[in-house]
Amino acid sequence: MHLLMAITVGMMYATGLYMMLRRSIVKLLIGLVLLSHGSNLLIFTAAGLSEGNPPLIRPGEDGMVGPHTDPLPGALILTAIVISFAILAFACVLVKRGYEEVGTDDQNAMNTTDQ
Amino acid sequence: MTAQLLASLPLLVPMTGLVLCLVFWRWVALQRGVMVGVALSLSATAVALLLRTTGGEVLAVRLGDWPAPMAITLVVDQTAAIMVLLTAVVAVACTLFSLGGIDRTREHSAYYALLCGLFAAVCGAFTTNDLFNLYVWFEVMLMSSFVLLSLGGRRAQIEGAIKYVTLNLISSTLFLAAIGLTYAMLGTLNMADMAERLAAAENPGQFTPVAAIFLVAFAIKSASFPFFYWLPASYHTPPSVISAVFAGLLTKVGIYVMIRFFGLMFPASHPDAGMIYHIILWLGGFSMVTGVLSAAAQMEIRRILSVHIISQIGYMLMGLGIAGSALHRAANDGDPGGVLAGAAALALAGTIFHIAHNMVVKVNLFLVAGTVERICGSGDLNRIGGLYAARPGLAALFLIPALSLAGIPVLSGFWSKFLLVRAGLVAEAYVIIGVSLFVSVLTLFSMIKIWIYAFWKPAPENAEPHNPDRDPTVGPMRWQYAGSLFLTCVTILIGVFANQAIRAARIGADQLIEPRAYLDAAMDRAGEPASADPASAGEGVAR
Repeated sequence: MHLLMAITVGMMYATGLYMMLRRSIVKLLIGLVLLSHGSNLLIFTAAGLSEGNPPLIRPGEDGMVGPHTDPLPGALILTAIVISFAILAFACVLVKRGYEEVGTDDQNAMNTTDQ
Repeated sequence: MTAQLLASLPLLVPMTGLVLCLVFWRWVALQRGVMVGVALSLSATAVALLLRTTGGEVLAVRLGDWPAPMAITLVVDQTAAIMVLLTAVVAVACTLFSLGGIDRTREHSAYYALLCGLFAAVCGAFTTNDLFNLYVWFEVMLMSSFVLLSLGGRRAQIEGAIKYVTLNLISSTLFLAAIGLTYAMLGTLNMADMAERLAAAENPGQFTPVAAIFLVAFAIKSASFPFFYWLPASYHTPPSVISAVFAGLLTKVGIYVMIRFFGLMFPASHPDAGMIYHIILWLGGFSMVTGVLSAAAQMEIRRILSVHIISQIGYMLMGLGIAGSALHRAANDGDPGGVLAGAAALALAGTIFHIAHNMVVKVNLFLVAGTVERICGSGDLNRIGGLYAARPGLAALFLIPALSLAGIPVLSGFWSKFLLVRAGLVAEAYVIIGVSLFVSVLTLFSMIKIWIYAFWKPAPENAEPHNPDRDPTVGPMRWQYAGSLFLTCVTILIGVFANQAIRAARIGADQLIEPRAYLDAAMDRAGEPASADPASAGEGVAR
């Protein structure tokens, strides 16, 4: 399972970076989405996968006794998802404005600030 | 006032301001009042923090009162207090400038709320001790800066913002990935806890690849070589006061976090410390040279100033690199209390001093550039001129920070460079010292270029006449002068009271080198506060 997840994360990073290297700004956006989701999966995988052990306190017990999944990575990922959702929503609007201002989605046309 | 409340105030004050600004959405005058209040109370908080931490005390607050390694902890030591103070200084100056220099449309589009959000995030990043919390503050900072940068929606702004957003998101993604790996490896994200677990680890070298990812993430944030391309693409596009806030705060947060993180995780005893600090030294050297050389090619005031940020970041990295390498060598030589350790403390003090000086001076130069653009209608050096004859006061306000940036004696920039060079000479880092002095000369060249073109040269014939004082979309210009004048006074004061400033930076540096008090405060262990006596610098280097 770990191996499968590791390969998935690697593929998401690779695809994301490839998309960002394309000239279209829409693909840049898709690349960013893939990168941030790849990172979330990485946290999920690196913190340890275990099957059938929910991070819950069983009825009648005082704390998490016995085998359980670490609840913290889930919390981290949830926070990261919320943040990346907000930022990607902003980036979508930004890319749309960029398309309206420049008239094309080609990144090569967006070089007026670099001269 | 209790230590807990005081330590959380740098966060609470701008957060309250943010909420109030949103509540007063329709009353811009009230928002201005809130912003002034935030700037002043943040300054008062910072002064109180600085006075509390001067004796070596480290303030800490565990949010939610959870037990020590679990809670998100805000920790304020001398260095963090200095940084919060400088944030407050920037806040005061930029608030003053905004009263006169920001247009009504932006004021109605939550400008002040976004500024408060930015200050809250910066203060949070300066004080937090939790890596994931740091990530959250980075994101809050980015979100505020994204909106501030693209507010207005001109083509140049949108293009700059796309580059800025993309590269900073890559940095955040790397940071997040490194956080995940850290949690898997060390089982904690509390930086103090991490440092202690690493120090006790059997094979601390395992963490080094993760630290390399952190280094790249922080290097992108701090716009150091070779990750700086987002900065010159975007910093000249928004109104000058927004550029000024960015120039003063954003990259400095990256550097501060780098100092904090590597200072804690890679003490001299770590086997890979030599390599890490060597890389940082190289990054610093290249940042200095590339920044200053690209500045020589620019002909627009704010573009020149933007790329100079990169070269100034190089000085800060140089200080950190010299300090870390010297400490590592001292520990290897078995002489942790010797000359090299003293040089390391001096270099780190120089770095803190340089960050402080640079925040003041850089913001001021951007503000003056904004005033110049308002008077002349352009920042292009070929199209403006004659300002010395027309506005001698503005010329003085430009000249003082410009000379300070180049490092002319008595002004603040001289002292920070003096500390760094002196530490470098003792640590025998001659090459990087030579590079830094050469870069200083080129910095002076850039400043003289602006001076000659904008102030001495007669105004070009075809300059379109307009009256900057009667612009209905913005406020009166005297507020812009007030902001610049305030920062100029701070620059001069830092230069005149250099002794006190160096002492404060030195206390901060000693706490960074020997973080016992920081660790105890962050881990909630009651004990004797560590000695802040400069003479005992580097005593516990090989801890």
